[in-house]
Amino acid sequence: MLPTGREQLLTDLRPARAVRTDSIVDLVGNTPLVRLHHIERDAPGVEIWAKCEFCNPAGSVKDRAALRIVRDALERGLLRPGVRLIDSTSGNTGIAYAMVGAALGVPVTLVMPENVSAPRKQVTTAYGVEIVYSSPMEGSDGAIRLAHELVEREPDRWHYADQYKNPNNPLAHYHTTAPEIWQQTGGRVTHFVTGIGTSGTVVGTSRRLHELDPAIRCIAIQPDDAMHGLEGMKHLPSSIVPAIYDPSVLDDTIWMPTDEGWDMAERLAKEEGLFVGHSSGGNVAGALRVAKQLSAEGRRGVVVTILCDRGDRYFVPLRWEKRYLW
Amino acid sequence: MPNVRIPTPLRKYTQGREEVTIAGQTVGSVLDGLEQSYPGIKERICDEAGKVRRFVNVFVGEDDIRFLDNLATAVKDSDEISIVPAIAGG
Repeated sequence: MLPTGREQLLTDLRPARAVRTDSIVDLVGNTPLVRLHHIERDAPGVEIWAKCEFCNPAGSVKDRAALRIVRDALERGLLRPGVRLIDSTSGNTGIAYAMVGAALGVPVTLVMPENVSAPRKQVTTAYGVEIVYSSPMEGSDGAIRLAHELVEREPDRWHYADQYKNPNNPLAHYHTTAPEIWQQTGGRVTHFVTGIGTSGTVVGTSRRLHELDPAIRCIAIQPDDAMHGLEGMKHLPSSIVPAIYDPSVLDDTIWMPTDEGWDMAERLAKEEGLFVGHSSGGNVAGALRVAKQLSAEGRRGVVVTILCDRGDRYFVPLRWEKRYLW
Repeated sequence: MPNVRIPTPLRKYTQGREEVTIAGQTVGSVLDGLEQSYPGIKERICDEAGKVRRFVNVFVGEDDIRFLDNLATAVKDSDEISIVPAIAGG
């Protein structure tokens, strides 16, 4: 008898990372899954695992979406000579576009709020991209509006990748992140918990995991307030809701306080040796809430979440030396 | 009077205004004045102990008040105070 799709996925286990490759973009995805032994002690009987997305070549989960978006545009002939790829970004997608663009020979222009961290500006600039700054008072929605304006003004100059609307963003996770989680847990995953930025990760991954096993619970995380400090996460009630956001694939939403996410980011560094960004802290804090609930009900579970990027992406170098208090 | 730049998530308190002018000699007194004019706004910027929340950045001109005198930082009428939140996703 032929194996079913979900059985086939389990036998298709590949080594986590290529040891030799033709191009840097071949290193996108296939990230390791790490068990959070110290954190999960708070929820006896439940396992907590995290995808190390900081292992992607440009350092964040956004490499997956950026690669699929750029490849799709190239295949459809949308990036003819003289046309630049443009998108609005709060940072990580910009760095990912910058890496993919450099590797595949695509000129890139990024629209970012002026208050993105200095390392993000420096890293994107190092890859040779053009940056246009939007108002620091208007956040990522201000960057979205400015990108729209630029494209409307000179439509022939740009290919507007629009990560908030581009189906290739969730599709990247549908085709890579979800099958990897399925393989790496041997099909044992019971809960998937992660934050909403563009919503690409949670929507694409949840859609596929539900197809593989409808019993898997998929839970999104949003900041609990419009004025929050979980950089990279979006508070949808006060934001432009991304067109790719599809709540029908989500079983629940956790509203995360900034302090809980920040405290968890510190704990991950000290207890697990994982120095990750605040959004990763928020993700693990959400995963721990789910795990504690299961544990309190006397249930077992395998909870999987996402470590979006490393903590050093948020250093402000000179100021750090002045004992920067977050 | 110093000009205060209000970020998008706090404009629901200021009837949508992006900038307001508030009297005060220090950042702290300007924030107190802001609360008097727009009740409820200060607790979004400061915690229960009255300190600026760790994820909110307050600038006088180009300088983060953490590297000046925090809430005791003196301000002149010509100064511009910016309240800058973290950046949302993508």
